[in-house]
Amino acid sequence: MRTPAKRMDPARANRLQNLPVTSWFHLDRIKKYSWIIFRALLIVGLSFVILYPILLKVSIAFKDKADIYDPTVVFIPRNFTLDNFQYVMDAMNYVEVLIHSFVLSGGTMILTTIACALAGYGFARFAFKGRNLLFGLVILTILVPPQTLMVPIYLLYRDFDLLGLIRLFNGGEGVNLIGSYWPFVISSITGMGLKAGLFIFIFRQFFKGFPKEIEEAAHVDGAGVFKTFFRVMLPNAVPAIITVMLFAFVWQWNDIFFTTMFLDNAKVMSMQLQTVGATIAYQISTSAGGGVGGVDPFYVSMLVNTSVLLGILPLLIMYAFVQRHFVESVERTGIVG
Amino acid sequence: MLFGKKLTLVKKRGLWGWVFIAPWLIGFIFLFAAPLFQSVLYSFSELKLSPNGMELNFLGLTNYSNALMEHVDYNRTLIEAVISMVINVPLIIIFSLFVATILNQKFRGRMWARAIFFLPVILASGVIASIESGDFLQSAMMQAGEENTGTGLQSFELESMLIQAGLPVGLVEYLTGAVDRIYEIVSSSGVQIIIFLAGLQAIPAQLYEASRIEGATGYEAFWKITFPMISPLILTNVIYSVIDAFTNNEMTTLIQTTAFQQFDFGLSASMSWIYFIIISVILMATTFLISRKVYYQSE
Repeated sequence: MRTPAKRMDPARANRLQNLPVTSWFHLDRIKKYSWIIFRALLIVGLSFVILYPILLKVSIAFKDKADIYDPTVVFIPRNFTLDNFQYVMDAMNYVEVLIHSFVLSGGTMILTTIACALAGYGFARFAFKGRNLLFGLVILTILVPPQTLMVPIYLLYRDFDLLGLIRLFNGGEGVNLIGSYWPFVISSITGMGLKAGLFIFIFRQFFKGFPKEIEEAAHVDGAGVFKTFFRVMLPNAVPAIITVMLFAFVWQWNDIFFTTMFLDNAKVMSMQLQTVGATIAYQISTSAGGGVGGVDPFYVSMLVNTSVLLGILPLLIMYAFVQRHFVESVERTGIVG
Repeated sequence: MLFGKKLTLVKKRGLWGWVFIAPWLIGFIFLFAAPLFQSVLYSFSELKLSPNGMELNFLGLTNYSNALMEHVDYNRTLIEAVISMVINVPLIIIFSLFVATILNQKFRGRMWARAIFFLPVILASGVIASIESGDFLQSAMMQAGEENTGTGLQSFELESMLIQAGLPVGLVEYLTGAVDRIYEIVSSSGVQIIIFLAGLQAIPAQLYEASRIEGATGYEAFWKITFPMISPLILTNVIYSVIDAFTNNEMTTLIQTTAFQQFDFGLSASMSWIYFIIISVILMATTFLISRKVYYQSE
């Protein structure tokens, strides 16, 4: 306790000496404190705006069916219950869907990160002819909306062929990859996955800002190019890697565009969430026997809210763990252009 | 290493560069360039899928004129997409710069605040956002909450007050509209806040020190130091926000349904090309306008 107080003393004494007696009413102080209060209000308010939908979902998810119609219950449920979770987990095969989503998002995350780190390093550190042109093409891949390429890409995977090799052995027919995870594997390993251009950009900026001397030292010590990359560059690129991995995982997890296009009937979280309302309504109507008209829309909505909460729960848990690294990494990534 | 001693060191390193970008290059050629070319081709023709392959009939500009002249929704959706982009992007940029400036200051609980403000990056994309908008139990609860608290997140009072104060009605409606859509704006500015924050941290502290010694106020320091130093990132963020605004809206849904529910692949391709051309024109125009004002620190 003593040391910090000691350190504060000279500064405070100095300030007291310089200020007039009415220092509490000094304009600077008023300005400073009013700004602090304003800032605190603003941060708390905006945090509330961000957290409100999640809190609302939590509140809904723990409610009993009876609570929806109780006008005295708004946010805090009167009858705490886990029935909603139970029902939704059964209805959407939660565990199975969770595993599938983890495999898909995790797999594409790793492959995308590898491909983009390689490409980013290539663009940042090696001088070759046409480098700027090629990097311009990376930017182009960010700019072109995926819808433009949607049909040809779909047809490509529907009738997939590796430079005519498969056709050669298979008697003139390609392989239909739609409905499997292969389209995701192929597009992420080649750095053409979801928003991969952005990741290449992040890696390039990061590696560009990295001191050249360290690489040269590794080179002098006899490390080859690959060894330098894996042993020296990658361990130092952890902030960028975490940022890219988080983005890649989350965007794949939430994506509906590519998942609906490549997988017709997959047990992946984003697709399940998209149809969960209809599924639940159907289940309730068949179990109650009242037909679709007899389904209580508020009850369905309650279950849908619960399922969305369950859908984002893994992301929230993951974010809670990597959040510290992520926030720190932002400071060092140098996404700066 | 690869081709013996004939190559200079520089050329050798250049070859390694090709090795590193090889996976991407392969992907680019087969999964981007080729489909892009095919997509142009489809947009000028009629594509029929049959069990034994596909049939391509050249149509000329028919698909384009169909999309622009005959399709019921296309023009309207396109204009709406552009308008909502024009309305939202400036708000997102100003808001995220403001938040980044605040999050860059030192205060207790800064880590928490940052963690919360980056949360939309995770939650506000794709499927969750689309479910969110169409949920009635939640909106019913929000309404109930508003009745209880009196005003909730609405800004009616503010609006009438500002108009009476003599501000132009258009501006007031724009701003209060922004207040009403605050969730939308907050949730789409996560990445932009990150980029701005990284940029703010890259500004050397001695600039601020020097300005303080010279007697500059915080306000002056912001406009004379922070703003010019951050201006390249404003460009980056504007481009990002524009692209982001255009990647997930009714227009993209329309293009998708045209292809995969009506199976009119040619029309869908031409729709997406018109869309892409408009996006690129907007991007080029904004880049041109902003980059004239951007300040690059000479090194």
